[in-house]
Amino acid sequence: MNPSMASYLPILYFAIMAAIIPVAGLAAMSLLRPSKPTPTKLAPYECGVASPTEAFDHRFSVRYYLIAVLFVVFDVETIFLFPWAVMYHRLKLFGLVEMLVFLAILVVGYVYAWRRGALSWA
Amino acid sequence: MIGVTHYVALSFLLFAIGVTGVLIRRNLLTVLMSIELILNAANLNLIAFSRQLGDLNGQLFAVFVITLAAGEAAIGLAIIISMYRLKGSVNLDDASELKG
Amino acid sequence: MPFPAGDTLLILPELFLTAAASFVLLWATFVSRPRERGLAFFSIGALAATGLLLFVSARMAGTLPRSAFGGMFAMDRFGLYFKGILLLVGIVTILFSLRFISVSPYPGGEYYGLILFSTVGMLFMASGTHLASIVVALELMALSQYVLAGYFKRETKSLEASAKYFVLGAFSSGVLIYGISLVYGAAGTLSLAGIATAFTTAKPPAFLVIGIIFVGCGMFFKIASAPFHVWAPDVYEGAPTPISAFFAVGPKLAAYAIFARIFFVGFGPRAGDWSAIIAASAALTMVVGNVGALMQTNVKRLLGYSSIGHAGYALLGLLAYGDASGIGLWSILVYLLAYAFMNLGAFGLVILLESKGYAGESVDDFNGLAAKNPWLAAAMLVFLLSLAGIPPTAGFVGKYFLFSAAMKAGWFWLSLLAVLMSAVSLFYYFRIARAMYLVEGEGTLHWREEPAVSAAIALCAAGTLAMGILPGPFVQFARTCLLPFGP
Repeated sequence: MNPSMASYLPILYFAIMAAIIPVAGLAAMSLLRPSKPTPTKLAPYECGVASPTEAFDHRFSVRYYLIAVLFVVFDVETIFLFPWAVMYHRLKLFGLVEMLVFLAILVVGYVYAWRRGALSWA
Repeated sequence: MIGVTHYVALSFLLFAIGVTGVLIRRNLLTVLMSIELILNAANLNLIAFSRQLGDLNGQLFAVFVITLAAGEAAIGLAIIISMYRLKGSVNLDDASELKG
Repeated sequence: MPFPAGDTLLILPELFLTAAASFVLLWATFVSRPRERGLAFFSIGALAATGLLLFVSARMAGTLPRSAFGGMFAMDRFGLYFKGILLLVGIVTILFSLRFISVSPYPGGEYYGLILFSTVGMLFMASGTHLASIVVALELMALSQYVLAGYFKRETKSLEASAKYFVLGAFSSGVLIYGISLVYGAAGTLSLAGIATAFTTAKPPAFLVIGIIFVGCGMFFKIASAPFHVWAPDVYEGAPTPISAFFAVGPKLAAYAIFARIFFVGFGPRAGDWSAIIAASAALTMVVGNVGALMQTNVKRLLGYSSIGHAGYALLGLLAYGDASGIGLWSILVYLLAYAFMNLGAFGLVILLESKGYAGESVDDFNGLAAKNPWLAAAMLVFLLSLAGIPPTAGFVGKYFLFSAAMKAGWFWLSLLAVLMSAVSLFYYFRIARAMYLVEGEGTLHWREEPAVSAAIALCAAGTLAMGILPGPFVQFARTCLLPFGP
């Protein structure tokens, strides 16, 4: 195998592992669990809610929006963690302190959202 | 061979679509999406130039622009939701109390 | 360590203010409504302490200018000048808001926190020497302000102002960032000094001019100059009045700081490409602002249009980039200080006089003010004279140097137009003066006894008069706060 292909080998291993884990999990479960199907158990569901099988024609609760906005903001902030993680060995203590300051500012936002009840569903 | 010119041409196209969207669409959500298009056009430019120049500053700036876009989206959506609650519409033409 | 520890010292004031703003935001979730005044006083204290820290860190920094964080941030007298004024603007805004917010049905904690965050953004803008740091600072300011504009979220006007401000502000940021991306491609760097060097040594590609125009358009939006001014009157009218005062001064000053820095330091060598655009916008802005103000009956709207006109005058200073004495820049600095005093003062009067909550701000609300409260009327008269540019007030001094800067740079027709438009402005400023002194009040006149607002107005009036009567020290000071032109 030529060396440029060899550098892709880890990806192949990774793909194989990624396939094995869920298949193994499902197989193990089907061997271990008791099987007593009822109509309720067989009904499709999603995230604990009964899933609509007809066309989706109703709106999401507006509360989803608040969670979505918080998610967008906090999710995108992680973009700064990657460059820092890659350069961690060169940035050393300075980088660590900078990142802690950055995270502290994020925590301020988080605590604020929490205190204002943005995280409670009711 | 695809060169930096192609990227700049594509980004200019995206930019033009975004500007047109902001100018002719009246729905706030569509306008918000058009603004995101403009920002992404800029990002495309920044990354293409960054690669051409062999300089990381452009990519770094693009990362910041992505964050800013997220912040803008969050606040824009908040304004849109408040507007919908108050007026039952997210159309800019319905926002017409301030005139003179 | 990638950066020397001394760099952190240079941004100490900004770091402190960020911490204070975060603290206010968190504290706001614990405090009950009647006790929110404490938050306001804490915010004022934080702004004042930031001013003190600014002084200390400038002293400890040694010889200025000093650059920090790989050319992202510079501590120089130009930036310090703006920061001093911006902190003052923040303090005055909070003084204006004390009662305004406490009688409104909206919580005050986030309000003060957002003002502080927005001020942090403006402070970083005044010191940004790299397009990335400038844009991030600009957005920190702008995002806080979109929320502040719509703070009275159950009032249609406020929400509308917020929606308009957001759409146009975000759009202009997009155009600005797109322009920056083109400039980056042409110059190969985002640092202003690097851009200037790149433009002097090599012949840049043709799309650079497009980039500069887009950056210019973004800036025109931020300072509300024509043809990108339409948002200003709507936003000033719809936003809560103390916030209108804040918007009319703070962001405009900060935008002028980055405008001057980007165009003088970064695009200096390409001045031939941009001077005509700025001249055209200045002419259009002066006409649109002053003629538009003639038709207004709402004072907030009128001040909105008048502030458009003022943005146009200040553009004249940018055109005098070539003058070796630096008059172009220091005339802007002097003018902006005068502008801050007189505009904040005029908005302060609107806050005191508001009769029916937040909707009654018409020119008629000033009827007969002189007879009932001569002090308030006199203060307003000082602000109006200054806005119109009549001696002995700060506005006259500012305009005088700006117009002579434009003359020196050879823009005779623009200076002439500016003088003409100042004459036009007399008409609409006089309408308010007439209402105060010559019209009988019909018993509807109403003002509130509010020591905080009165103190802020007195401060602004004192500043306006001091600059008008003794301009020397102010001018001398501004002359030491210049930027280098080009690399």
